[in-house]
Amino acid sequence: MSWTPVCAYTDLLPERGACALVGTHQVAVFRTFDGNLYATGNRDPYSGAYVLSRGIVGTRNGEPTVASPMHKQVFSLVTGACLDDPTTVIPTFPIRITSGTVEVSVP
Amino acid sequence: MVKPPERTIGPMPVSLSPAQPVIPARVVVVGHGPSAYRLVESLLARGFPGAVTVLGEEPRPAYDRVALTSYLQEKSVEDLTYPVPDGVDLRLGSRVTGIDRAARTVTTATGETVPYDVLVLATGSAPFVPPVPGRDLDGCFVYRTIEDLDAIRTAAATATAGVVVGGGLLGLEAADALRGLGLATHVVEMSPWLMPRQVDEGGGAVLRAQVERLGLTVHTGAGVKEITGPGRVTGLVKPDGETIPAQLVVFSAGIRPRDELARACGLAVGERGGVLVDEGLRTSDPAIYAIGECALVGGMVYGLVGPCFTMAETAADRILGGTAAFTGADLSTKLKLLGVDVAQFGAMSGALDVTYLDPVGGVYQKLFVSDDAATLLGGICVGDAAPYDTLRPFVGKPLPALPADLLFTGGGASLDLPDDAQVCSCNNIGVGAVRTAIGEHGLTDVAGIKSCTRAGTSCGSCVPLLKQILVKSGVEVSKALCEHFAHSRAELYQIVQVRGITTFTQLIEEHGTGRGCDICKPAVASILASLHQGHVLDGEQAALQDTNDHFLANLQKNGTYSVVPRIPGGEITPEKLIVIGEVARDFGLYTKITGGQRIDLFGARVEQLPRIWRRLVEAGFESGHAYGKALRTVKSCVGATWCRYGVQDSVGLAIELELRYRGLRSPHKLKSAVSGCARECAEARSKDFGVIATDSGWNLYVGGNGGFQPRHADLLVAGVDTETLIRTIDRFLMFYIRTADRLQRTSAWLESLDGGLDHLRRVIVDDVLGICADLDAQLARHVTGYADEWAATLADEEKLRRFVSFVNAPDVPDPSIRFATEREQIKPALETQVPA
Repeated sequence: MSWTPVCAYTDLLPERGACALVGTHQVAVFRTFDGNLYATGNRDPYSGAYVLSRGIVGTRNGEPTVASPMHKQVFSLVTGACLDDPTTVIPTFPIRITSGTVEVSVP
Repeated sequence: MVKPPERTIGPMPVSLSPAQPVIPARVVVVGHGPSAYRLVESLLARGFPGAVTVLGEEPRPAYDRVALTSYLQEKSVEDLTYPVPDGVDLRLGSRVTGIDRAARTVTTATGETVPYDVLVLATGSAPFVPPVPGRDLDGCFVYRTIEDLDAIRTAAATATAGVVVGGGLLGLEAADALRGLGLATHVVEMSPWLMPRQVDEGGGAVLRAQVERLGLTVHTGAGVKEITGPGRVTGLVKPDGETIPAQLVVFSAGIRPRDELARACGLAVGERGGVLVDEGLRTSDPAIYAIGECALVGGMVYGLVGPCFTMAETAADRILGGTAAFTGADLSTKLKLLGVDVAQFGAMSGALDVTYLDPVGGVYQKLFVSDDAATLLGGICVGDAAPYDTLRPFVGKPLPALPADLLFTGGGASLDLPDDAQVCSCNNIGVGAVRTAIGEHGLTDVAGIKSCTRAGTSCGSCVPLLKQILVKSGVEVSKALCEHFAHSRAELYQIVQVRGITTFTQLIEEHGTGRGCDICKPAVASILASLHQGHVLDGEQAALQDTNDHFLANLQKNGTYSVVPRIPGGEITPEKLIVIGEVARDFGLYTKITGGQRIDLFGARVEQLPRIWRRLVEAGFESGHAYGKALRTVKSCVGATWCRYGVQDSVGLAIELELRYRGLRSPHKLKSAVSGCARECAEARSKDFGVIATDSGWNLYVGGNGGFQPRHADLLVAGVDTETLIRTIDRFLMFYIRTADRLQRTSAWLESLDGGLDHLRRVIVDDVLGICADLDAQLARHVTGYADEWAATLADEEKLRRFVSFVNAPDVPDPSIRFATEREQIKPALETQVPA
């Protein structure tokens, strides 16, 4: 598994996402209120636009989520499943923090 | 399953066999009033495939006569006019002069001959004017059409006193109109008390006291001996010799069916007038129907809109081969006359009765019951009509409680209504139908019931009952914002204000659960912005914002943003126009003029936004808040400065308003407009708050909306000076911001406000809640605390760092964003939109 550094942990706003370009992949990186990190694809499967990193981060029944800023479908940051339509799943990626640097692993 | 009989189109057969209905090819309707409107609508709704021709005598399409008085106050003709369905041949100003039953044609005053297969007479009625000397003098009027009201308004301008002849329902409406026109108003009624058809003597006494309290002079048991002149009315002489000085007389002494066409062509008519029809509304000629006020059905001529609508529905069904029957109608009435509730339902007498009388509070309520006190027969209410809503459905049914308990404990608001009780008599909708609709469609509000069942859509008097059915149906009308807060937006606003909460984290930790979502976070961000000045991207607030507020621009379908600089009032210098053009050209943006009189620049990537705005801010532009739930624009017409019709400087006022309210965060977007004269070129009445200039000042309209559910704004205050206008708008906006639901536009807010426009006026004009000083102070803080969000963002390196497509490659544009060209400008080139 290869890891790509994308930014400093402090570059990420709490409860907000940012997008990293890893090769040709757009990876949405999120920092939740409890300090955890999550990485998903940036593409909103419903609109086809690369915007998920700009959605509102929150929780649904305790599960961390992001809502697409386009039409508000809510995705689990843990599984990538759309909680409004579980047949649609966005990719999720391993993410970690090393010496204050956020790293993601994209196959 | 029985196959429905096939329907064929062709001329009406001589005799109709119920088994094989034949649909007529040509239906001609004579008259275009409410009944005709409803007939045509019903025919089309039932899929009538033939041609419909309507010959209307009046110069305008059918309008709501029940609301006629409001035409003198705030409503326009357009507000009252019923919609004309597509595909109907409506000929206005087309008076029918004769019917040739043998040839099946009608002729009009203009010489047209129109053939029919089925003819429907909907000629309505004419006001009865008693044959007294002087009835033809200038200044004598009837009260029926828009033209009558226009003439009354004109005459009132040079009159000081007016008399209404007739103290019934319509007479008191007319009296209210005269009072509203500033006349000393008298009512002359032949009966010993007012509204003898709706209330008994006791109710009449309470009603009289209430009406006199408003300054009207009531003469009961009095007729008219003569009206004095010469030329123009100078007074009205009563039989006892007393003269009432007046320059204007309105006759409202009953109606007479317009049956002259029917008489002339030999149709059967009643002894005292009215076209004789059977329970299918068919006249003595099977090819001719009569509906509405011109029809005599079951020995009755009906003057209320509810029964007329039912006749129209029945006739439509029969024309299409159905078997509907009109077997009488509920004549219950509930209305507010001169500010007094008057209601009557069921019978007006009974073996036993129970009366509640409060002469001080002006309340009279009476129930009539059977001799065993077991069955409710009817009731009369003056001053407080609550029993009407709760008890009318029980007429003819066992009393749900002791009569005294029903009257003395708030009208029995907690009663369960039987399914077969009628709730909306205008549209003949039963309680059961409403309950079924609530269950089947999962309805949670009155608006839903209205659109599904039509109940409550005509006179609206049953709306409180609909609310009650909704609550009783176990519909949990949850006010919780989302799973994270059990509070409504208005409650959260109170909590934030009273507890002085400044962050989302504090609010959700103390009053919510979880960590929020895309519903509560922007709502709370908006509340925080309304209550505390400061930048929407400061600190934790930035994370709460929807992407539009987060990037201070509007997200478009391909992930790019659009930019709207503020152009107050739509006024812009050539230099600034050139700057916008240059910016758009240099950044390759698509440009379009918006409906709010500004210019939208599309196709900007997030990393371009600060550079675009640096250019705009340098040229003197500031944020237009097109991205925010905030004031958008105050549109204006060119106004008195240039326009030869304008009476006030609409552009100047629009700019002043736009600069005052710019940046004000609210539950939803706010739109406004100012028109410089009554021609209303700025379309102010489709706005959340709209201003129309008059010769004497400004009229303020609130709660208008275009969009999905158009609504004309209501007149809140009239003829006020600029200072009063602005103070009223200040309070309107702050009261809305305090109390509205999330994403509730002012139109829906006003519709749902208990007490409606009157209540709003009491709160923000009369200050009955004592909150106006607070509202004023809060708005003043907004005005002094305003700063341009984009200028502040450009001056803050920390905020600017967020404006990148990629956190690890700030200079790389998003490769997924591609454009094609259309009409010499860019447009998004999208990948196929299928879920991955």
